[in-house]
Amino acid sequence: MIAFYALAAIAVVSSLLVIAQRNPIYSVLLLIASFGALSGLYVMLDAPFAAVIQIIVYAGAIMVLFLFVVMLLNAPHEETEHDLRLHPLMRAGPMGFGVVLAVVLVVELGLALGAGRASAFSAASTSSVRDIGRTLFTDYAFAFEVTSVLILVAMVGAVVLARRGSR
Amino acid sequence: MTALLIGQIVLTLFVFVMLLSSAAGMVYVERKVAALLQQRLGPYRVGPIGLLQPLADIIKLMFKEELRPRAADAWLFALAPIIAGTCAFAAFAVVPFGADITVFGLIPDGLRLQVADVNVAILVVFAIGSMSVYGIVLAGWSSNSKYSLLGGLRSSAQMISYELSYGLALAGVLLIGNSLSLTDLVNAQHGAWLGFIPRWFIFLQPVGFLVYLTAGIAETNRAPFDFPEAEQELVAGYHTEYSSMSFAMFFMAEYINMVTVSAVATDLFLGGWHGPFLPESLGWIWFLLKVSAILFFYVWMRWTLPRYRYDQLMASGWKVLLPIAVINLLVTAAGVLYFGL
Repeated sequence: MIAFYALAAIAVVSSLLVIAQRNPIYSVLLLIASFGALSGLYVMLDAPFAAVIQIIVYAGAIMVLFLFVVMLLNAPHEETEHDLRLHPLMRAGPMGFGVVLAVVLVVELGLALGAGRASAFSAASTSSVRDIGRTLFTDYAFAFEVTSVLILVAMVGAVVLARRGSR
Repeated sequence: MTALLIGQIVLTLFVFVMLLSSAAGMVYVERKVAALLQQRLGPYRVGPIGLLQPLADIIKLMFKEELRPRAADAWLFALAPIIAGTCAFAAFAVVPFGADITVFGLIPDGLRLQVADVNVAILVVFAIGSMSVYGIVLAGWSSNSKYSLLGGLRSSAQMISYELSYGLALAGVLLIGNSLSLTDLVNAQHGAWLGFIPRWFIFLQPVGFLVYLTAGIAETNRAPFDFPEAEQELVAGYHTEYSSMSFAMFFMAEYINMVTVSAVATDLFLGGWHGPFLPESLGWIWFLLKVSAILFFYVWMRWTLPRYRYDQLMASGWKVLLPIAVINLLVTAAGVLYFGL
């Protein structure tokens, strides 16, 4: 239980600190710390496969790309005074949208927590790799295929953008 | 129970010390083999045939001044070598290196020669390997030096490119062995075909082994893929600004990563601790011999092949190695499905 609260605290605090940083490199690193804590929570849920995949895919592959881009563009530190007056997110429209999103999030969280815990998965189906694979390719085959089409679309889009630039 | 617990604590310490000394040993071997290949003598003044050279190197590094560039990011500059060192040690924790031993009957249930027996061991090695890139990238960025930054950028690009082939080469073995546990995979390679060909996965996955070895060299930033520290272009790459023990940390991490990649290759492709002539309990001798052979191959490659050009490195990663790995995986999957290998 102590481990759960420690990991949950790390995940929440580092996620909050991500948006509080002025330096984008620190934001990336805090996000990695948050993913690491999440992975620890998966281990405690007796799902080592999900935990390791979380590290490999998110912390290991996607965040390396983020870090790469941030370093390559060498994004400058944000200028506080300048931002407060001119930043597009400080205008009324985006601020209102942000407030609406926050309210929706809180309401949904309340509904989800109030509905009680109803897990569609049996304990065994999350621990063994074989069971995860079987569930993924039978019960959730449609969602899986749609996701792969989505990724394919993104790949085609990236290739088109790269091609247009070179001509 | 207590005997088993003490045994495991001792084993953990033992693995830690052995990894440390393997890094020191590899420094000596690298210099001696390099000298051999270049028809020189190599280190020979410190101790008999230069055997105390690593010790002299360590003492020199410890007494050097710890420098930090004024414009460097203090936190990340200190954090980077820690990440590199931690990941190097952590990855070996799930690698088994011998059959169960009883320590002269002290532990009747048998002590497994592996620090942590995880059922997704091979993915853990892969995950920790993919985290170790942060040590290099952050070192390059936080130094606030152009050479370091270029080294860090090259390293992240290179590791992303070669990680895919690395993972696909592993997947072929997983299909044949039908497990993610390294211990199970090693035990699946026990015995021999026709009485004399050992049942090692290298004979079923020769292409996979070559892809794994090539990608492994790139993952550990060794020549001919040592772009992150290409000394003729980048002074010393990502660790240009590091000195003393924080430099030693990167240096040690590189050698320990080599040992881990070789140990995993031994477990996956070369039958782990299984081999003829020796009883199961002395299998670790076979393991040591096989790992040493792969490490020698690493050093041999470094002093034989010149460094690639950067565009050649990227092209060979994406256009040669990755297609080979994908086709290898498809063929393996078909073989397992239709012939039940």
